[in-house]
Amino acid sequence: MSDAATLDRFLDACAQAGAAMRVSGEQYLSPAVLLEVAAEHWGLAASAARSMNLRWSALWADPRADHNEVFCLLEGAGEYLLLRTEIGFDEALSSHAGIFAAADRPERHARDMLGLAFADAPDERRWTRHQAWPENHFPLREEADGADTEWSPTPADSAYPFVSAQGAGVVEIPVGPIHAGIIEPGHFRFQAIGEVVLNLEIHLGYVHKGIEKIARGRDAEGLVRLAARVSGDSCVAHAWAACQAIERATVTEVPARALWLRAIMAERERIANHLGDIGAICNDVGFAFAQYQMTRLKEDFVRESNDAFGHRFMMDCVVCGGVTRDLDADAANSMVEQANAMASEVEQIIDIIEDAESLEDRLMTTGRLTPEQAQMLGVVGYVGKASGLNFDVRAAAAYPPYNKFEVPVSSYRAGDVAARAKVRADEVGISLALLNALLASLPGGSIRVPVRRPAHSCSGLGIVEGWRGEIVSYVRLEADGRVARFYPRDPSWLLWPALELLQQDNIVPDFPVCNKSINGSYSGQDL
Amino acid sequence: MLKLLAKTLSIGSITESPPRLTEEERLGLEVNRVVSERFGGSIAIRQVDAGSCNACELEIHALNNPYYAVERYGIHFVASPRHADVLLVTGPVSRHMEAALRRAWEATPDPKWVVAAGNCACDGGEFGVSYASCGAVANVIPVDAFIPGCPPTPAALLAGLLQLMGKLARNPSAVSSR
Repeated sequence: MSDAATLDRFLDACAQAGAAMRVSGEQYLSPAVLLEVAAEHWGLAASAARSMNLRWSALWADPRADHNEVFCLLEGAGEYLLLRTEIGFDEALSSHAGIFAAADRPERHARDMLGLAFADAPDERRWTRHQAWPENHFPLREEADGADTEWSPTPADSAYPFVSAQGAGVVEIPVGPIHAGIIEPGHFRFQAIGEVVLNLEIHLGYVHKGIEKIARGRDAEGLVRLAARVSGDSCVAHAWAACQAIERATVTEVPARALWLRAIMAERERIANHLGDIGAICNDVGFAFAQYQMTRLKEDFVRESNDAFGHRFMMDCVVCGGVTRDLDADAANSMVEQANAMASEVEQIIDIIEDAESLEDRLMTTGRLTPEQAQMLGVVGYVGKASGLNFDVRAAAAYPPYNKFEVPVSSYRAGDVAARAKVRADEVGISLALLNALLASLPGGSIRVPVRRPAHSCSGLGIVEGWRGEIVSYVRLEADGRVARFYPRDPSWLLWPALELLQQDNIVPDFPVCNKSINGSYSGQDL
Repeated sequence: MLKLLAKTLSIGSITESPPRLTEEERLGLEVNRVVSERFGGSIAIRQVDAGSCNACELEIHALNNPYYAVERYGIHFVASPRHADVLLVTGPVSRHMEAALRRAWEATPDPKWVVAAGNCACDGGEFGVSYASCGAVANVIPVDAFIPGCPPTPAALLAGLLQLMGKLARNPSAVSSR
């Protein structure tokens, strides 16, 4: 990771492309290498990154007094490169979206929230903004403060310009924002001929709650509480990413025991979500047996988390400087016992699932994302792993305590619903083994230290592997320790576009199972 | 198939007794009476996520797992507000969901009851009122019962729903002011 091969190649590629680029003298956003780019070379830098197949991971802007500071995170072979540029409020940056498809929605989000303009953007439609605030209003700009709570009631967003299709036999099916099940809201627009989907377009933003804005002015504790609610199913991972950012910014050394306990919680979160979703995938094609067995195991599992940490999802257990709850020897033993029993139960049930021809018929070849498409979109987590990619932050860019463990990465090339379910089943086994390894090596000592007060304004970057994949968290603190900017990038930003692509040529009735196999977070992407 | 049957039989029924409530026994009987007399044997719930972080949804899902088996009380979740007696609403109401929530409420036939589930739905929670959030559900539509928690556990959700039904048992015409 530290041999900087990716960095050297990228600098060469930039020099060839004519993009002026220099390694920043102040490396305050580790583990990423901070690179200063001239605003006019922003697009060239992306072309250079594309030419060497770097993965486009995230984009965010941090509004300063008289300019926007813009960041773009790239990754290759586990090395993170962070492009940084500055641009005046009235100037435009070159869009990355024509070069990296993944950049499209993050750029539109930055424009809706901050007024950050992108020249030559392939898609100029609004994304996060619906009807709650006017087009010329940018909630994250300072002048918006206090002037923006008077627009109730908000009308329905009925005029979003969806891509349309015409021709004999083409039907359009609008779905949402409220869906038929107990799930989050979003709008899906299908164009179909008969049962076959020609195109699916997703419009999100319905659960936009202003997270980036209400983060401002919070203290570190309050920020982590908010981070845990970016996507409640990933409360441990998002809180951990935010904590990493704050702890790196303030140079706070977290005790080893706290790091181990965070990892124990994060693996428990991963296992619980995977168990639930494997059951739900099977249920979406009518195989109720797996649903009841998996929800049973998931319930057993979250009850154990509750016994050990006082909360079924371990919400607010990860805090700045450590964790809130220690694990005594009895609880640790009981956790090991449960993990062992769970491993054999899961194996038994997966065996039954794999035996079922009806499942094979419905899940294999359904919703296929080819390895080429996965690479093109830069997907992460189980979606990437099911389509030939094998990126996992815990293995490729291991953060403590994972740098002390071998994290096997399950990867397939089929890219269908079955492969995504299989990756998740594999990950349950891997995480149960990791859980035991973590419990067996749990260091002694304290579980929390106070966060150091920053001497001046500072920022930090957190990157962890949530159960959906890579979570990135950027935090800038003022000198008084208050939050000036928070941007959490849920992996769902990278997963939703994959759902649109893999649904094409599949039948409408297979949409629920395709959707479940991706299971993007609405809340995590809407912010 | 044999393995499947063997697994099903070996696990057996794991459904648990309902959570302890004040006047639980009497309430249980009344709930059954109300559900059978006033609701034709079942209460239909339409869950609406109006801006939640999805933690509440996970726990509402858990109500359907074999431990809580909520359908034994005649409580079941339906796909359309037009089939619903109760709207179970989570989240602070995001401004972007405000119109959809109002429409779902208007589409629910009378008599209807609204339950706000989770701290955000009860009082705005971590998000409160902002340019993007209307805060509590009661700021948008009338609410009949509140189930706090972040998220409320399945047992708390169950207790909250049973309490609402108990309230209706005592006073069947009790509805929030509209």
